[in-house]
Amino acid sequence: MSMYFTKDHEWIKVDGDTGVVGITAYAQHALGDIVYVEVPESGRELRLGGDAAVVESVKAASEVYSPVSGTVTAGNAVLADQPALVNESPEDQAWFFKLTLSNPTELEGLMDRAAYDEYVAGLE
Amino acid sequence: MSDTALLTTPLDALHRELGAKMVAFAGYAMPVQYPLGVLGEHLHTRKSAGLFDVSHMGQVTIEADDPAALLETLVPGDVQGLAVGRTRYSVFTNDAGGILDDLMISKLSPTKLFLVVNAACKDADFAHMAAALAGKATVTRLDGRALMALQGPKAAAVMAKLAPGAEAQGFMSIAEYAVAGIPCLVTRSGYTGEDGFEISVANAEAEKLARALLAAEGVAPIGLGARDSLRLEAGLCLYGSDIDTATTPVEARLNWIIGKRRREQGGFPGAAIIQKQLAEGAPRLRVGIKPDGRAPARAHTQITDVDGTPLGEITSGGFGPSADGPVAMGYVPAGFAVPGMPVKLVVRGKALDAHVALLPFVPHSYHKG
Repeated sequence: MSMYFTKDHEWIKVDGDTGVVGITAYAQHALGDIVYVEVPESGRELRLGGDAAVVESVKAASEVYSPVSGTVTAGNAVLADQPALVNESPEDQAWFFKLTLSNPTELEGLMDRAAYDEYVAGLE
Repeated sequence: MSDTALLTTPLDALHRELGAKMVAFAGYAMPVQYPLGVLGEHLHTRKSAGLFDVSHMGQVTIEADDPAALLETLVPGDVQGLAVGRTRYSVFTNDAGGILDDLMISKLSPTKLFLVVNAACKDADFAHMAAALAGKATVTRLDGRALMALQGPKAAAVMAKLAPGAEAQGFMSIAEYAVAGIPCLVTRSGYTGEDGFEISVANAEAEKLARALLAAEGVAPIGLGARDSLRLEAGLCLYGSDIDTATTPVEARLNWIIGKRRREQGGFPGAAIIQKQLAEGAPRLRVGIKPDGRAPARAHTQITDVDGTPLGEITSGGFGPSADGPVAMGYVPAGFAVPGMPVKLVVRGKALDAHVALLPFVPHSYHKG
């Protein structure tokens, strides 16, 4: 399984044509206490860079964009009741949605962990 | 973001030392949160005590033979009826009955008033007062003074240790006394719905005072993020969001700030319009809005009736940590301003269920006395 990152601080773990998407530890820290999460329903078609989910802190709402194009196979229902899980386990338990990639070559436009860490370091 | 063009308060270095995340607000670099975070700071204030830097707000004195009568030409509040040593919330109105700013008025003596106005409005407020009262009163900006608010159920106990007797100060009163040995001008007031104090102090002594307050048991520094969620849960208006020049005090349901004598006599800007609304009712009213689900509805979210007909807009909205759910305020036609009235909120294109709710969302815990 490979993990890729976007400049908007989403991550995607990919196994074959199946992907799992969430937001990074950096993103949850920047947002602060997460109080609401809205994930996409199964069957929804997502486009690369298109709106996919919503995450809200006490202060503000932020869009989560899909790192790749594909069809949603599951949304993480746990996050509706436990939005704070995004703060606690952003890159593991608090995944937002799973999808079937329609164009795996899109992954070539994403960063690997080393590149993302370097990118984040440059933001601080 | 560059802070170079921003003004700073006398507590700027302290905020940075405490690890605050600084943001631009009304031309000032202000702490939006500290490492505890907005949620934790909000809850801490409701159960213990929080210290807020509100030095960006404008402090001003008006001196004249009868400054109350003069100020009454600009506000609908009963300032002449305010006793010496008492504090009252009011608004500046314009000729259309709209609100130019909201403010606190304290009577220091029969010839001297002390006002606190909003940071974003203070230059305009000072100009407004200077122009209207030119030749009749001396209007003095107190730019050399900082202002901090100590809020929460433990605020009185903290003050009692640093200024014995302060715990007995009456709600909405003003007094001059030393806090931690530093001369201060203190009101028993605040804007969180909790008991508390607002403390005016010379800039040069501000950091020393803040450190003394923060050293007291149970006191944490609180940023603007929690200040906003606290006042929203308390149903208190934020100028520029919930009230502005396009809203009257009656629409904003601030009728209680208009004294009985003022209702009858008028004599303030926009009196005819405001008196008419007091008599006949306003066409729209500020109400609490409680989303039925968990999704917060932010400012400018459209409010519709259950059939989708637009009613108005959310003016403040977000997550209420003490309410443990989304809370909001907005304006609806008077006929819809009924607690329990079902409405819809258009959030990201979806019509979400909500209902009109009584304010405040969290009961006020002001000092009784």
